[in-house]
Amino acid sequence: MSFVGTLKVEAKGDRELVMTREFNAEKDLVFDCFTKPELIKRWLYGPDGWSLDVCTVDLKVGGKYRYVWKYLKDGSTMGAGGTYKEISGPDRLVQTESFDEAWYPGEALLTTTFVEKSGRTYITINILYETKEGRDTVIKSPMEGGAAQSYNRLETLLNTLTESPQGRK
Amino acid sequence: MNHALSKSDRLDATFAALSDPTRRAILARLADGEVSVMDLAKPFSMSQPAISKHLKVLERAGLISGIKNAQKRLRKIEAKPLAEATEWLENYRKFWEGRFNQLDSLIEELKLSKQTSPKRKNKKGE
Repeated sequence: MSFVGTLKVEAKGDRELVMTREFNAEKDLVFDCFTKPELIKRWLYGPDGWSLDVCTVDLKVGGKYRYVWKYLKDGSTMGAGGTYKEISGPDRLVQTESFDEAWYPGEALLTTTFVEKSGRTYITINILYETKEGRDTVIKSPMEGGAAQSYNRLETLLNTLTESPQGRK
Repeated sequence: MNHALSKSDRLDATFAALSDPTRRAILARLADGEVSVMDLAKPFSMSQPAISKHLKVLERAGLISGIKNAQKRLRKIEAKPLAEATEWLENYRKFWEGRFNQLDSLIEELKLSKQTSPKRKNKKGE
């Protein structure tokens, strides 16, 4: 299986992460994949062993979105959501993000831009965390795609957070 | 270990040092081998003192070290802290790469179904 783009992730300044990747489709289609629940569910479910059980999107400024992932092995869930701040489809999307079990302090502001060149779409996701600690917690959290042990680690992490919520309210 | 910082503190210092584009450029230059401050300052439109300031930040983060030879002080890159920082980012990258690979597959599927969706009146079936 060959994949289209290589994902680049960079830490920027004290509080930001920047992800860039290209996709082999025009931006309307890629934008749809980021904003239509029936499509989001079909790719944002991973890693293996997880499913995106709940996915609701109210695509308007001030509208909310909500995702709930389920770990199939034991039925435990992880929820996240936020509010859309700006929607300039299919070029730009600005939304807040926070997790039910705050595994990083504060909330994050996600800015996703879609730029089309010769039929391919280049996306940039800029994630601005409220605090430096928030950004660093995310980078240092044990998550890896593909390895069973990482799900166990994520599970452990989630359990730890459930026992002692560390996030600020 | 030459300093008693925890792994987490070291990482913080590393990310702080890497947050500046000039410092990243200096590291990129040093990745090719040891360089003197004078030679380092050349490609930048910056004074040597300004470059030296950046070098101090990089040194404090343990990203570079100085070597004295007969005439001048050379700087060289230190691999370990850099490797730690990239390892953390790589974990995060892998996690998202998995999801985006799934998106690649979905996009191909959607494009295909667009192409095959009947534009003319067509009987169902092959």
